[in-house]
Amino acid sequence: MQLSIASGYLRADGRKGIRNLVVVVYLVECAHHVAREMVFPFREHGVNLLGFPGCYPNPYAHRMLRQLCTHPNVGATLLVSLGCEGFNRAQLLDEIRATGRPADLLVIQNEGGTRRTIAEGQRWIESARAQIAATPRVPMFVEDLIVGTVCGGSDATSGITANPAVGRAFDLLVENGARAIFEETGELIGCEHIMAQRAARPQLAPALIECVEKAGRYYSTLGHGSFAPGNAEGGLTTIEEKSMGAYSKTGNSQITGILTPGDVPPAPGLYLLDVVPDGEVRWGFPNISDIQEIGELIACGSHVTLFTTGRGSVVGSAISPVIKICANPETYRRLSEDMDINAGRILEGAATLDEVGREIYDRILRTAAGEATASESLGHQEFSLVYKSFEPLGPACLP
Amino acid sequence: MNDPRLLRLHPADNVLTVIQTLEAGDSLEVEGARVPIPARLPLGHKVAARPIATDEKIVKYGAPIGSAKQPIAAGEHVHTHNIRSDYIPTFARGEGAHYEH
Repeated sequence: MQLSIASGYLRADGRKGIRNLVVVVYLVECAHHVAREMVFPFREHGVNLLGFPGCYPNPYAHRMLRQLCTHPNVGATLLVSLGCEGFNRAQLLDEIRATGRPADLLVIQNEGGTRRTIAEGQRWIESARAQIAATPRVPMFVEDLIVGTVCGGSDATSGITANPAVGRAFDLLVENGARAIFEETGELIGCEHIMAQRAARPQLAPALIECVEKAGRYYSTLGHGSFAPGNAEGGLTTIEEKSMGAYSKTGNSQITGILTPGDVPPAPGLYLLDVVPDGEVRWGFPNISDIQEIGELIACGSHVTLFTTGRGSVVGSAISPVIKICANPETYRRLSEDMDINAGRILEGAATLDEVGREIYDRILRTAAGEATASESLGHQEFSLVYKSFEPLGPACLP
Repeated sequence: MNDPRLLRLHPADNVLTVIQTLEAGDSLEVEGARVPIPARLPLGHKVAARPIATDEKIVKYGAPIGSAKQPIAAGEHVHTHNIRSDYIPTFARGEGAHYEH
């Protein structure tokens, strides 16, 4: 019999959230300012802003916004359209309403311009906040949790302290029946064969290798690996060295399956999120920054994202809390207000990997119970979404 | 014997990680020999655990992380100037070019 870890928000579709948010979503960059102004007075009161900048429709972007607007941390959604963009706003609105959430659409060209749309949106937000305050609360268990992990601003300490410590926390999550997701196949280049040995089923192994080989082809065509100058300044020399460090976030569990952005893992276990588009290279870099990766993990249902950093990233996210785990003790001393966990203690002999792994696990449970993370307290609500395309997953990918 | 400020991550590794920033003029003990540190070596950077020949694989975490572009002496800084990726070249800020391959 498991102990309850939190009092979750029960949605009409049966999923449980750890936050109870209103999201305002611009459906083209031209509606961004109006949506942002609408949110501004509520930005520290559980109202988040997200959106898609493009005017041309894109099935991946549609699916991402549908999954984000129906994420269990989201109680209500307001869509903001300019009016002429290609996004299928009526379909998105129907899909969100079908999950039982309050949802509405404002079209700036119909509302009568900037001020009227902002005023109407703010009235809607007030009313939605009152409505979702009555969301039923239910006990939540570790097995209800989906946890993602990403690394950003990595240096050579990341793969020694924070990443393997997250691996320990991931092992604890999987042992306790949670769903855990790792990603960025471009940062697994060089680890594909080691990783494939952990496939839960023989037919999954070649699919894992193919995901990473696809990333290798994509980045080689673009002429630039997933490797920033700061990585080299921090002592990382090659993409495969960075990959080995990143890979250690995955722990030692078997790999249960592969997801694409927006797929919710169907059963407990450890999953690889394939973030590199299928088909020929046509959308530019698979993820232009860490922010998009976090958004994709959340679209897969992540309640919490574990973000490891050596150089020192300060980001958070819309919708789901980000727990930042600092790998480098020198960075921690400079940026401690932005960090939740100091994994650099491991290098100074002040803690073991197992101890920091347990600390991360406990921090996940406290975050699920409502405790604010550093980035939440500082008001970070980053979000970014651009064009991609994916083919349906093959039968080998999921249990 | 290796200096306590050096970390070997796997028995098969031919590079060691510096776990404390070293200043120019400092020295390190690598496999029993005293090696001078000619330039600042920040936390996390690598030094050779033994002499490494041109085109030899660089091994860290027990896995290959690239190949030597030139002979590397024991205790020498191992980075973009003397090793290369076997997959995708590493990019440097500013110069608008990849590190020499």
